[in-house]
Amino acid sequence: MSYSTTADHEEHHDHPSGILRWLTTTNHKDIGTMYLTFSLIMFMVGGAMIMAVRAELFQPGLQLMHPEFYNQLIGVHALVMIFAALMPAATGFANWMLPLQIGAPDMALPRLNNWGFWLLPPAAILLTLPFTLALFGIGDGAIATGWTFYAPLSVQGGIGVDFAIFAVHLLGISSVMGSINIIVTIFNMRAPGMTLMKLPLFAWGWLITAFLLIATIPVLAGAVTMLLTDRHFGTHFFDAAGGGDPILFQHLFWFFGHPEVYILLLPVWGFIPQILSTFARKPIYGYKAQVYSLCAIGILSVVVWAHHFFTAGMPVPALLYFMYSTMAISLPLAVLFYCWIATIWRGSMTFETPMLFAIGWIILFGIGGLTGLVLADVAADAQYHHTYFVVAHFHYTLFAGGIMGIMAGVYYWLPKMTGHMYNEKLGKLHFWLTAISFNLTFIPQFFLGLAGMPRRIPDYALQFSEFNMISSIAAFTLGLTQLLFVYNIVSCARGGKKATDKVWEGSNGLEWTLPSPPPYHTFNEQPVIR
Amino acid sequence: MARLRITKIWQCLLGALLPLTAHADYAWNFPKPVTPMALDTLQVHNKFMIIVMVIFVVVLGIMIYSIVMHRKSRDYQPAGFTGPSTRSQLFWTLVPFAILLYIDFILMGIPAFHSVVAMEDTRTDADMVIKVTGSQWRWQYEYMDGPAKGISFVSNMTTPQEQINNQAAKNPEYLLEVDNPLVLPTDKKVRVLLTSTDVIHNWWIPAFGAARDAIPGFLRETWVKIEEPGTFRGQCKELCGKGHGFMPAVVIAKNEQDFNTWATSKKAELQAAAAGADKEWTKEDLIANGKGIYEKNCAVCHQIGGQGLPPAFPALTGSKIATGPILDKDNKMIKDGHLDRVMNGKGVMPAWKGILNDTEIASVITYERNALGNSVGDMLQPAQVKAMR
Repeated sequence: MSYSTTADHEEHHDHPSGILRWLTTTNHKDIGTMYLTFSLIMFMVGGAMIMAVRAELFQPGLQLMHPEFYNQLIGVHALVMIFAALMPAATGFANWMLPLQIGAPDMALPRLNNWGFWLLPPAAILLTLPFTLALFGIGDGAIATGWTFYAPLSVQGGIGVDFAIFAVHLLGISSVMGSINIIVTIFNMRAPGMTLMKLPLFAWGWLITAFLLIATIPVLAGAVTMLLTDRHFGTHFFDAAGGGDPILFQHLFWFFGHPEVYILLLPVWGFIPQILSTFARKPIYGYKAQVYSLCAIGILSVVVWAHHFFTAGMPVPALLYFMYSTMAISLPLAVLFYCWIATIWRGSMTFETPMLFAIGWIILFGIGGLTGLVLADVAADAQYHHTYFVVAHFHYTLFAGGIMGIMAGVYYWLPKMTGHMYNEKLGKLHFWLTAISFNLTFIPQFFLGLAGMPRRIPDYALQFSEFNMISSIAAFTLGLTQLLFVYNIVSCARGGKKATDKVWEGSNGLEWTLPSPPPYHTFNEQPVIR
Repeated sequence: MARLRITKIWQCLLGALLPLTAHADYAWNFPKPVTPMALDTLQVHNKFMIIVMVIFVVVLGIMIYSIVMHRKSRDYQPAGFTGPSTRSQLFWTLVPFAILLYIDFILMGIPAFHSVVAMEDTRTDADMVIKVTGSQWRWQYEYMDGPAKGISFVSNMTTPQEQINNQAAKNPEYLLEVDNPLVLPTDKKVRVLLTSTDVIHNWWIPAFGAARDAIPGFLRETWVKIEEPGTFRGQCKELCGKGHGFMPAVVIAKNEQDFNTWATSKKAELQAAAAGADKEWTKEDLIANGKGIYEKNCAVCHQIGGQGLPPAFPALTGSKIATGPILDKDNKMIKDGHLDRVMNGKGVMPAWKGILNDTEIASVITYERNALGNSVGDMLQPAQVKAMR
């Protein structure tokens, strides 16, 4: 192995220290750390926004804020969580772990990598700056259309929409650059002997994600640019009075928006089997079936977009097509569930924090998937659509299926990245509090939706009071619990029990052959895979 | 004695639980369906929910069995398999997917197909047509044919601002009450055409199982056939700006005879209101009439006191438009003047000429010029508004 020689090399390297080190770094581990830190900060920012929303919804009536401000919070919460928390977390893992997993010395395009990260903080500032500007009497606050930018509401909106459009452009450029980097790295920098069918599943998940991003981000960029010209330069893409069509925006947006769901989830689907296999001490079940299913989901995800707006009205054949194609996604997804469960079946399991999160993740993400299957039915969707039923559904997929998966990954790789073990007791406490309060937050929302509470309303009829109160209390618990997560990560980074190179008894893969933490440069000489 | 106390406790508990059981039927599910479509949706939903719950429980059961049995603390030795190795294993691996294929496209797919076709068939045997227009933040209803043909009115939320701001006790129908509910006959297939004047809205009554977007510049349609008389409440369910949560839709269903009686009296009422446009009004009457109209329609944005919410919603107090001239010396409407802005709108400001009648427009303009801290002193007669249409 090559790491013994790289350790000597490190001393010859002369990199700047302090802030300049982070501004100029092209090292995949530094950039990965920055991505993950940024993601954690934005996760807390987005969480704080929704805490305010839940506080407003604690009781009927308006207690804390105007409806305008409420609308801004829900939209920016979603944009922050999707673009600034979940996506950077996945990119952070890709930066840290892909080169280690495929035996590459670094990412293929290190300077692009640096730029990709440093576009994110300005984008996050653009997104949230209108809140601050409004305090000084400039403009009327952040984007208030929900994260979906639907025209003509967004054509009507204030400067917050323009800020959000530019933020989305920056985030999009960052994502496309990250994707190009990952594709080039995976295709060109694999260790000798590592064929595509020997790639770790995490690399496969990211490879498909990267292609989806490159295919769909330009469509989003186009859609929001058309919105910008409608707002300021007299075009009428989305204005019927000028020959346009508001629904065109929904088609363009969801052509990006639906694959986006899988963009958020595919990297997680990649590393969860690795975690399951580690703690079940048993090889991954159905590797090839999983690879093909990931590809199938990637392809299906770009042909089902219109199920997000069935109630906008479509010809019957279109409704039927989008209904049946949406249902078809359940097949490859079922293959994945089958493989995940078969991976732990007859293993020798232990339940450290990453394993708890991974198993909780399968169960809760399962609820998200199954309710998604029901939502595909066009006629019933007329009732579910735009109610709290949908809110609960997509939080089961994106919080349970996304964030909790990311948390499993954090606990799994944190000892490798920092060289210290995290506090196991605290980690387990974090899992149980998260899982319980998450369910108590969102199960009532299923019932709220069925009873007829629309989403995105700042105030509600009296019959919805009890469930909203339960949901709010649980949401505050869920929010506070995440402070444990932050504390555990920070204290693990600062010190703690030394981690071994292998960290976990059942760990398997190139990253576990390196010391913990790995030296600044790794695999200067590529390992050979049998 | 003790027994008596226990009985009392039981009685109290039962008493506390009674309201729960009264709602129990539908508090955990869709509201009681009153149209064929809502009934179909409820049945489809119940069936699908049972299917997915069975799948969930079975899979969860398998996982729990594995978690309990296959653990290191039980000294369970890990197996090494990575896939099905024999033909019979392969067969059993494929069985769950065959079941899923059956569930997706036959068990769920076929009833879903019929529901979709029924939902989209708005024209077959339709008895009457109504048009629903969404505006920020109210609904406008228009009867296109039948005994109520020609009736058209606007429906605003009536929940007072004090209740929303928690300064007064809330009504039982808080946020779900309107001044002019839509009245529909029972047992008639009503084709509902939807459109909007500004942004996308969605007209939704949960008990009808129908929801359809109202899209500016386009017509969308759905249908309802209400099978029992009653009052049914719903809300806009497409984010449409700051008043999105305050845009209820209320429908009163009456049997055919009652509906016809209602139509006759409503027509007479609307005619009387239109006749008001031809009479000469005093300034005081116009201001008094305009106050209610302003508070119902304008105060959401321009605020009760006329101070507005700048920069999105400008103040009317001291506003150039609301204190400037209305008509030029030839009695023509001044472009971007007060009347022009109210009738035709601009940007976020809706065009009110389709929503308010002549008397209402004249009253509200006169009110805005002589109240809210303004004292221009002039007035506008309904007849003058009528002449500008």
